[in-house]
Amino acid sequence: MNWISDYVRPRIRSLIAKQDVPENLWEKCPSCGQMIFHRELEANLRVCTACGHHMRISAQRRLELLFDEGEFQTIELPETPVDPLRFRDRERYTDRLKKARSKTGKQDAIVVAHGTIGGSKAVVACFDFAFMGGSMGIAVGEGLVAAARLAVLQEAALIAVPASGGARMQEGILSLMQMPRSTIAVEQVKEAGLPYIVLLTDPTTGGVSASFAMLGDIHISEPGAVIGFAGQRVIEETIREQLPEGFQRAEYLRDHGMVDLVVPRGELNATLGRLLSLLTVPSLPRAAEIIPLAPPEAAADGTGPGEPVATEAESVTSGGELESAEREPQEPRGG
Amino acid sequence: MRHYLDFEKPVAELEGKIEELKHLSDAGDLNIAEEVQRLQTKADRLLRSTYAKLSAWQKTQVARHPQRPQASDYIAQLVTDFTPLTGDRLYGEDRAILSGLGRLGGHACVVLGQEKGKDLTSRQTHNFGMARPEGYRKAQRLMRLAQRFGLPVITFVDTPGAYPGIGAEERGQAEAIAKSIEVSLGLDVPVIAVVIGEGGSGGAVALASADRVLMLEHAVYSVISPEGCASILWRSADHAKDAAEALRLTAQDLHRLGVIDTVIEEPVGGAHRAPQDTVATVGRALQGALEERLAVPRGELRQQRRQKFLEMGQAGLG
Repeated sequence: MNWISDYVRPRIRSLIAKQDVPENLWEKCPSCGQMIFHRELEANLRVCTACGHHMRISAQRRLELLFDEGEFQTIELPETPVDPLRFRDRERYTDRLKKARSKTGKQDAIVVAHGTIGGSKAVVACFDFAFMGGSMGIAVGEGLVAAARLAVLQEAALIAVPASGGARMQEGILSLMQMPRSTIAVEQVKEAGLPYIVLLTDPTTGGVSASFAMLGDIHISEPGAVIGFAGQRVIEETIREQLPEGFQRAEYLRDHGMVDLVVPRGELNATLGRLLSLLTVPSLPRAAEIIPLAPPEAAADGTGPGEPVATEAESVTSGGELESAEREPQEPRGG
Repeated sequence: MRHYLDFEKPVAELEGKIEELKHLSDAGDLNIAEEVQRLQTKADRLLRSTYAKLSAWQKTQVARHPQRPQASDYIAQLVTDFTPLTGDRLYGEDRAILSGLGRLGGHACVVLGQEKGKDLTSRQTHNFGMARPEGYRKAQRLMRLAQRFGLPVITFVDTPGAYPGIGAEERGQAEAIAKSIEVSLGLDVPVIAVVIGEGGSGGAVALASADRVLMLEHAVYSVISPEGCASILWRSADHAKDAAEALRLTAQDLHRLGVIDTVIEEPVGGAHRAPQDTVATVGRALQGALEERLAVPRGELRQQRRQKFLEMGQAGLG
């Protein structure tokens, strides 16, 4: 026993440790296989120096490169019920959550921060793919709702940065309900006359793509990001055909009219800053109503008094001044 | 010819026996009537006890039963003056979603219903109830029409999910679903949804972002199919049964979670045993929900709908 613990184990460890060294210093591009020195990779924002492949990055890193000078403040997100379905597959959901929390140091798959981008005020709701594949459950939905409220309060633009496989299965139907909930959140930003921009990163699929992520005023994507509704394996199994080259990639979506711009990581801050300044310094008074769903003439219908809808946008004056006192107070709820 | 599900086998045997005896009694032997009655009582009792404690997976099978009434049956029996309207005005007509104008309980409304189809031909026509972007964009078009003319929107939800195909992706399946949710949530006319069979994920939410969501007793509504969930989390579709339980996709669980508003009782043995009764019951529930919402001032509907969704999910199963 002593011989094993005192001699064999350290020997084995030292053998393994030796192999660890190059792996830590050099990283292999998952796209072209090029070995890149870690400092060089970090300096290049984790974009492959050989093929330009954009590797996934943490929410922290993302926020640093989006905001001016990498400066921002994160907000605390409201507490939400943990494991509402008491879900268990081969593993308990609570155990999976614990692991994800200790691995990422994050409470859930979303981080909300505010600061400036190109000098314009912005709230960024950023997904962390490392946390259970960036899946959207109640906490993520609540994060988006909180981000939207903050944007409205601060009269800032909202920028959503999904990196998510879709809804979180372990929260079942309550995850699915985050689709309408996140949609309501971004609607509130739009109705306040504020820009809502989506930066689609790799991957943006499933229930996330089929809700707030496809409802931006402007859609930007990083090169090569996978964006789509159905997973590629599911499509292949359904149609029993090979998928076309570049299918569901950012450039493919741009060519099919779903994305405005494909922007390399290094240019995101500048591009977003330019867009925000173009959108938020209007040369004409801004129309507050974004979606005029209720034309006043639709009143005579016999279903009710038919008053024009009081949209929340009406508390925004034509100059964009927010009378926050009139706004529905919607405090983040505790769980 | 009645289609029996696996777990209905004991009932099927009894009912088979009854049929045989009835044939014999046609041949003139009168003593059999008593025996038939006895077996019938036994079969009824068995059916009742089986359906009183269906598992989540069994409910999934009932929800997908090929003889379960579909949107077209509801429209035929409940909607008068039904006038189908087709096309999204952008690309095409998607028959996975039936759509049109009509009256429910005397109220003119827009009707949308996902239709799976009943035989090989109609299943292909309706693409097994799996809509493409055109279907969702047609739904948006009709929702806007409802808004313009102050008509309530009634939807029948029954889909395995949105169609996963190359063309559907190229034409923006995700955007089409997202936009349908957005348009539905933005309406200031009543929106009432009934999950009549299978509420499959995003493809279902697109038509169920409603003021009131009603659901049949043995219908299911889920973020992913039990098979899909099992193959991802259990790495084998054989665990569909476990996944169905874990997902809490039954009407009863969804009601406890506050995701749906009303559970509509089905006839003993499921909707497929008495389709007309089922449709009639749904009709009454729909009319009740519709009239309750019509009493709300139009300017408040949207805010109340939003509030309902914003508050959702704050309580677990307890």
